[in-house]
Amino acid sequence: MATGHPPRTMRNTIILPSNRYQLLNWTTRTVIHLLALAGAAAFLVPFLWMISTSLKPMEKIFQYPPQWMPDPILWRNYLEALTVMPFGLYFRNSIYVTVLSVVGQILSSAVVAYGFARLRFPGRNILFIILLATMMLPWQVTMIPLFILYRSLDWINTYYPLIVPNFLGGSPFFIFLLRQFFLTLPLELDEAAKLDGCGPFRILWQILLPLAVPGLTTVAIFSFLWNWNEFLWPLIVLNDVDKWTIPLGLNGFRDQYGTDWNHLMAASFVASLPVIIIFFVFQGYFIQGIATTGAKG
Amino acid sequence: MRSRQAQIGQAADALAAGKRPRMSGIARKEAIAGYIAISPWLLGFLIFQLAPILAAFYISSTEWRILSAPEFIGVRNFDKLLFKDDLFWQSIKVTVIYVIFRVPVSAVLSLALALLMNQQLAGRRLFRTIYYLPAVIPLVAVSMMWIWIFNPEYGVLNSFIRLFGVEGPQWIHSSRWALPALIIMSLWQVGTGMVIFLAGLQGIPAHLYEAATIDGANTWQRFLKVTLPMLSPVVLFALVMNVIGSFQIFTQAYIMTAGGPGNATLFLVLYIYRNAFEWFHMGYASALAWVLFVVVLVISLAMLRSSEHWVHYEGRIGGA
Repeated sequence: MATGHPPRTMRNTIILPSNRYQLLNWTTRTVIHLLALAGAAAFLVPFLWMISTSLKPMEKIFQYPPQWMPDPILWRNYLEALTVMPFGLYFRNSIYVTVLSVVGQILSSAVVAYGFARLRFPGRNILFIILLATMMLPWQVTMIPLFILYRSLDWINTYYPLIVPNFLGGSPFFIFLLRQFFLTLPLELDEAAKLDGCGPFRILWQILLPLAVPGLTTVAIFSFLWNWNEFLWPLIVLNDVDKWTIPLGLNGFRDQYGTDWNHLMAASFVASLPVIIIFFVFQGYFIQGIATTGAKG
Repeated sequence: MRSRQAQIGQAADALAAGKRPRMSGIARKEAIAGYIAISPWLLGFLIFQLAPILAAFYISSTEWRILSAPEFIGVRNFDKLLFKDDLFWQSIKVTVIYVIFRVPVSAVLSLALALLMNQQLAGRRLFRTIYYLPAVIPLVAVSMMWIWIFNPEYGVLNSFIRLFGVEGPQWIHSSRWALPALIIMSLWQVGTGMVIFLAGLQGIPAHLYEAATIDGANTWQRFLKVTLPMLSPVVLFALVMNVIGSFQIFTQAYIMTAGGPGNATLFLVLYIYRNAFEWFHMGYASALAWVLFVVVLVISLAMLRSSEHWVHYEGRIGGA
């Protein structure tokens, strides 16, 4: 740690990008790097273990001490894992549900956020407080009445229960995030458009939305992530094997082939892959999104 | 054109003053547009949140096996869960233990990681990615990975422990270790908290640290007197959201332990799920769900209320 003796530490100082106050000496920097490396190793082990197992032949799995580098490398484990159950179908189902949910959440949360950020109407503040309060709601309290509602609508075993609610408001997190984003856009834009005779929804569609693309991207990514990963709600409303999404398929796979660890790990890795890819491509948006809802909330 | 703005301004002033304004045409148009804009959320709130919560309360006063009509039985469901159902109390105990251990430990761990990531570090982005990635991949896949990690004989965890000449516990196959195992696993997913704290740390103005340093504060003092108070609103938010999320734990227990062994991981939501969707006791399950709702509500409000005593908002900070 930086010491209380400025003259001595001043000699080998590093000016930090985030906290310029801190003066770190060489030893401290080494310790920090070692800590970060040790932590990273611990965080990576489960991934490496999954990938390593997914490529092993069955007889090498039950072995002590465990072998990290699979030998031989069995790529066909992946083919077997993905064909023994219809994972292609589950993928298509998941993509269908997820894409429509993402579209619904973006559209509805953008319109609602615009209303809260830009339009004045009686009751706006109290409604916004209610919206924030719903973030704290454990949604499982609604699960039984909604199941009964959907059952009476004959929506069980369809994707409507997974998709339709997303078109009605989506998520308070996304509304909050986009509202914060709209608040950063200059009000003069709206005023100028109003003078040109633009109605409020044309202002949103033609002027604000194009400027809000970074915020919308953040929403799209989180929405994709949450809908792709969702387990409990699909478990309740989708009984038909042909309707399963990826998480349900993975769960079903384990029920049937419980101890085929190599295949199970291969399937788990493939199920995570879309999320991992999206994460690597859009990392900045993830960080930004969490920072906006978390730190500035 | 100025008059338009003036009219809107007057309407807004009147609103602010709490009068019942007679809206001008333009203000009324704007208000109507506003209601239209928020109507998707308002409808969703009424249909998918408010109505179901009230309906759940009604259902909790019935005996309802889904195929027959609901039969009104008053408070008998609540009477049963409070006084006659050991499994309910088991599920409360297990869930509360999980929350009590998981929330503080993951808060400390994610704060430590955030502090680490806030240092000058070669490859900081890469480290951040590695720490955050576990928090985004599907929980079902994470559960599969950790069943295999916790395998007592061939899992990587006990293989590691064996290096020290000790035999590790049976983890998720032991009624004593299953709950700790799920808590340990949850710590692998502290990335979200880390990112929240990191954003909070980067929002602390550097001049506060400079002032503290000039006043002779050492690193530890600066952490206590500058970092923690300035970060406390973020800490409050992260803790509240984490408590709410932790009470809802389901997937891990459903997949990894099926609530066992010996109901050692029978979390409340899992018990609700079983009552509702395996045994079709809709009334009793709704009563349980209401307990979850009330418990989460009370604890969140208590945390928010307690924040007066420990959360500092800017403006109240002295130098150091």
